[in-house]
Amino acid sequence: MNDMPKFDLPKFDRRSFLVGAAAATGGFSLGFNYMPDALAADATPEVNAWVVVKPDDTVVIRIARSEMGQGSLTGLAQMVAEELECDWSKVTWEYPTPGTNVARKRVWGNYNSTGSQSIRQSQEYVRKGGAIAREMLIQAAANEWKVPAGECTAANSVITHKGSRRKTTFGKVASAAGKLDPPKDVKLKDPKDWKLIGKPVKRLDTVDKLTGKQVYGIDIKLPGMVIAAIHDCPVNGGKLTSFDADKVKSMRGVKSVVRVSDSSVAVVADTFWNAKTALAALPKTWDLGENAKVSSATIADMLKEGLSADQAFVGNKTGDAPAALQGAAKKYEAVYSFPYLHHATMEPMNTTALYTADKCEVWCPTQNGEGALAAVAEAAGLPVDKCDVYKVHLGGGFGRRARTDYVTQAVKIAKEMPGTPVKLIWTREEDMTHCAYHPVTQCKMTGGFDAAGNLTALHMRISGQSILASLLPQALQNGMDPAVFQGLTPSAPEGNFGYTIPNVLIDHAMRNTHILAGFWRGVNLNHNAVYVESFMDELAKEAGQDPLEFRRKMLKPKHRAVLDAAAAKANYGKAPKGVFQGVAQIMGFGSYVAAVADVTVSPEGQLKILRIVGATDCGYAVNPAQIERQIAGSFVYGLTAMLYGECTVKDGAIEQTNFDSYNMMRIDEMPKVECIIMPSGGFWGGVGEPTIAVAAPAVLNAIFAATGKRIRDLPLMNHSLKSV
Amino acid sequence: MASLNVNGKPYQADVDPRTPLLWVLRDSLGLTGTKYGCGIAQCGACTVHIDGVATRSCSVPVNMVSGKKITTIEGLAVNNVMTKVQKAWLDNEVPQCGYCQSGMIMAVSALLKDRPKPTDADIDAALTNICRCGTYQQIRQAIHAAAKA
Repeated sequence: MNDMPKFDLPKFDRRSFLVGAAAATGGFSLGFNYMPDALAADATPEVNAWVVVKPDDTVVIRIARSEMGQGSLTGLAQMVAEELECDWSKVTWEYPTPGTNVARKRVWGNYNSTGSQSIRQSQEYVRKGGAIAREMLIQAAANEWKVPAGECTAANSVITHKGSRRKTTFGKVASAAGKLDPPKDVKLKDPKDWKLIGKPVKRLDTVDKLTGKQVYGIDIKLPGMVIAAIHDCPVNGGKLTSFDADKVKSMRGVKSVVRVSDSSVAVVADTFWNAKTALAALPKTWDLGENAKVSSATIADMLKEGLSADQAFVGNKTGDAPAALQGAAKKYEAVYSFPYLHHATMEPMNTTALYTADKCEVWCPTQNGEGALAAVAEAAGLPVDKCDVYKVHLGGGFGRRARTDYVTQAVKIAKEMPGTPVKLIWTREEDMTHCAYHPVTQCKMTGGFDAAGNLTALHMRISGQSILASLLPQALQNGMDPAVFQGLTPSAPEGNFGYTIPNVLIDHAMRNTHILAGFWRGVNLNHNAVYVESFMDELAKEAGQDPLEFRRKMLKPKHRAVLDAAAAKANYGKAPKGVFQGVAQIMGFGSYVAAVADVTVSPEGQLKILRIVGATDCGYAVNPAQIERQIAGSFVYGLTAMLYGECTVKDGAIEQTNFDSYNMMRIDEMPKVECIIMPSGGFWGGVGEPTIAVAAPAVLNAIFAATGKRIRDLPLMNHSLKSV
Repeated sequence: MASLNVNGKPYQADVDPRTPLLWVLRDSLGLTGTKYGCGIAQCGACTVHIDGVATRSCSVPVNMVSGKKITTIEGLAVNNVMTKVQKAWLDNEVPQCGYCQSGMIMAVSALLKDRPKPTDADIDAALTNICRCGTYQQIRQAIHAAAKA
């Protein structure tokens, strides 16, 4: 046991959060403790906004984006460190608060950790941040030696003067460097010279997750803190008409009963269990409103009407698809559907808020630090500069924590008890039933062949809900939600349609409901890929061609390259007897992805996904080890949805309330995942989401190969694969 | 007043005896390494050992555990030295968000006591905890690594 790693004793105090919970984490990997009051932000002036170097040469890199498991914290640190030329083994990190960002004219840029953007949309300025800090450190050493900076170089946290061979370390000159004017411009390294970017270095934040020490939002503890449980109207748009606080005020531990909004009430108690128990006992009456008439069946009817509606927004138009379909030698049509899905982060929504008359501080897991700050200011009724948000690691995000509804609630409750910190925790049931869900859609696909069997026309009509209409109506463009065409646009670098077909029409009939639609990891790409890639298989069959070859003839080069790579690694076409394969490809979040799935289906209909090969061209691959984990995790996320994911609506409310009614894939259903990371350079693509979209269609196509059954409506649990 | 023995130490907690062990650990004892995920013994994030048996603490009233030895993630290591399961988790970089991993590590630690060299089928049957980040492949690798260590 002596060779086992040792770790710090858990330590926990408020101060460590005020300056960034994170910095304490790095202490382990360095083999020593940080005392919270010795943290960089307290003790050591920065070199620049991105870099603090302590006298002992510890390098603290500031990370603006949120860490929710995706690993971008480590990737961002790698990019700063690459240009900084520091010793990677001495790197640790901290989160600068959103309030500090606002006060410093947004020196850390965008805090959003959504849309697989953390790395790709900050790569240039974080690398520059590292390069500027390096130049300042070199200049400080040169000044001390009274030599030109151009004669000095930096490597591994050591600065060397070539002529005299004098050496010093970053830690010795950091204080002087921080007083210099930063250079106006710096040249970034050519990618071929990268030493750290592209390496599968270990994450900076693993140890505390193994010992119980990692602090998530739900774990925040402040002196005198009380805990709240909340119940919002089960039907969005409904109201809380009354509640009888007197009935629960004498229950164990209860401190207060607070009306939080028109539709919600919270019980505040000494412990979560006491708060939850009293909330359940609290008599409440609801006015569910008109929306209580809505059900999954009424929504499906509305979407079905949209499949043939005259009015639709056009996202991709090439040639004249309607005319070409009219004149086609052969036409083929299929209708698909995709249900509402819930994110189901393992950590339920929560926020801790401390309100006083002139200040509001919030500790919360958020993918949107600045949005959370704005929500705090609005709910507190205080100027932004009197508020701040202390970010902590997220127990999953998946897009759910881009919203700030739970932050607003916590501040409103805290405002009722000034000076007392309040931690609001949602029950799993509250979480499941109060979400902005993956949008529900249906899709009619129509393909037309010429007499020689070539695909000459494609019409894709999507009917369904718009996320922007639910959450960001100001972002609609003349009523259109451009995001619904994710992966389907003619040429957008974010995600363009991979197939070259003479006549294409892709349009969207927007049909919204009172159920909020939201950003669910992978977003609209998920259903778009199921529709396109399932239908390509159907068309291949109609054309009497192999599904891979049928696609290859029409695919653009980079789309085809990832599919070819996945097919080669999967030995496509040479599966053992009884094993069937399916393929899929798509482009989204700036990356090209493909998958090949191997499945068996027993005569009783038992599906076994044996293996899935995923290929990704993300342009540049910052940390291949983390990308592999994102690919594997994306398959789990996509396959869970394909197997079990469905939120249904009854009397206006979501019916699924917990993991017993909203099932999740476990380890026994996990296929072997093999990854191909094939960065072709010249662009920056995301990796946290795109692979989700190809998980389901690859497996659905393999199921068809195995059984002849074409699954057009998800999830799979509603279908039998039993052979008749 | 509930009496508990957690990680080798005696505790008293002034709670309703029906309070689930999970919330006594978290809110009364301050041991927040054990996580709340579902409250209905579905997800396994709250897994602890009760007399060595992996148990979902969200569904065990605290009055059922008096006189029993409870071990949480904080008490797994002895003298701050990681166990071989924790070490395997570190070497294989299992966690993504990490929220489910306390429960995973507790469940796997109990599994390896019963079956020191588990097969894939043993793992499939024994480990029913949920991970939404999808770390299952790394978990399987780490279990086999821990079994060899």
